[in-house]
Amino acid sequence: MFDLHGYGPRLLEGAGVTIQLAILSLALAIVLGLLTASAKMSRNWLLHKVATLYTTLIRGVPDLVLMMLLFFGGQMVLNLATDALYDRFGVDWYVNLNAFAAGALTIGFIFGAYMGETFRGAFMAVDHGQIEAGKAYGMSNWLVFRRIRFPLMMRHALPGLSNNWMVLLKTTALVSVIGLSDMVRIAAEASRATHEPFTFLLPVAAIYLLIASVSEWFFARLQKRYDVGFGEH
Amino acid sequence: MDNLTTWFNDLLAGNVIFTPQTLGYYWTGLVTTSQLVFLSLVIGLVLAIPLAIGRSSRHRWISLPIYAYTYVFRGTPLLIQLYIIYYGVVFFDGIQQTFLWPILREAFYPALIAFTLNTAAYTTEIFRGAIKATPRGEIEAARAYGMSQALMMRRIILPSAFRRALPAYGNEVIFMLHASAIASVVTLMDLTGAARFVYARFYAPFEAFLFVAAIYLCLTFAILYFFRYLEKRLLAHLKPA
Repeated sequence: MFDLHGYGPRLLEGAGVTIQLAILSLALAIVLGLLTASAKMSRNWLLHKVATLYTTLIRGVPDLVLMMLLFFGGQMVLNLATDALYDRFGVDWYVNLNAFAAGALTIGFIFGAYMGETFRGAFMAVDHGQIEAGKAYGMSNWLVFRRIRFPLMMRHALPGLSNNWMVLLKTTALVSVIGLSDMVRIAAEASRATHEPFTFLLPVAAIYLLIASVSEWFFARLQKRYDVGFGEH
Repeated sequence: MDNLTTWFNDLLAGNVIFTPQTLGYYWTGLVTTSQLVFLSLVIGLVLAIPLAIGRSSRHRWISLPIYAYTYVFRGTPLLIQLYIIYYGVVFFDGIQQTFLWPILREAFYPALIAFTLNTAAYTTEIFRGAIKATPRGEIEAARAYGMSQALMMRRIILPSAFRRALPAYGNEVIFMLHASAIASVVTLMDLTGAARFVYARFYAPFEAFLFVAAIYLCLTFAILYFFRYLEKRLLAHLKPA
């Protein structure tokens, strides 16, 4: 039943690629987001300016344009670098930027900006007394972050985080345009080859809906966990 | 005019990539992108108003199908929706014989349909949220005046809901501008399409894509400031005193 003219297994593989790409980009985006939020809240003037420039520029340009800039431009820079390496030192080394890496990097980079805004708001919502209490216990800055600020921040960040994840998931479809064999690309190829677009594109749409529904359930559980101690809402 | 042309040519002299010809491509792209985004937003808005009212209805047989529509269109990538409409439109029986075919054969209209349906789904949910947030007192006051359901919707609920929806709708407009970049995937010569063409022709990724990124950035800021201005005018009464 799931053979789909022999494209079934490839489509499932593509779904795997989509999920891997989404999770990897999310991890990158969370790390970048935390860094951006810290930079924005820091007293250092330069860090603040750099972070603001980053979030403003990224959010003003379409994802697809950034992706192409990084994918095609990044390859060119890499080529220049490896050429220089060969000319100077005779090192014969060639790096080919693949679509998966470029996709994960770009999506992570884009959503790092959105996450930064989400985390910044959430950090500012943490009651300052809690942090002082931690310091009064003699906790180090890192311990205060790990045990107090981060868990308390997550409660406020989760709705935004979940929203960003849903948008990120759908953005992964764009990586098919620069050549990644995710499920969207395989479905589009199959549609063109067999002239049966609905057979392939509708199942792919259904898989996206399924992932979105599962994530919704997962985030609801997480929210419950981080809401512990704050009463029922 | 002649002066202007010489000045322009001098400016571009020695520049291999940004010749009047490639700038012409970018200009065509800008026109296409603006048309696509503007038309889909306007049609989407017109569709979203009745849909949002239906979505807020107490009757499940009205609200549930609309919820299904918004759930599907907001839960799947726009690219998939575009592919389904672009590749799928041929398969409606006999469509090639109807007067619609010359219209639907061009990539522009499938893209317009996909964008419109997509933005209508998001806008419906934005308006529904705003309608739901109508203060009870306003509705009670309208009832006390003896307004009918339709009159209350027209005079009380919708005007105040539109204002409350403004900030979220501004985001949706920017989102739509950025989403329109995928029109280039189905061979449309929009802004991104022009950049891809220039990149392929000169193998100059930075010039081609940075230039177009700058144009998008300007458009984004223009929309942002327009909505800020609107909010200032229309939401003045909600500002903390």
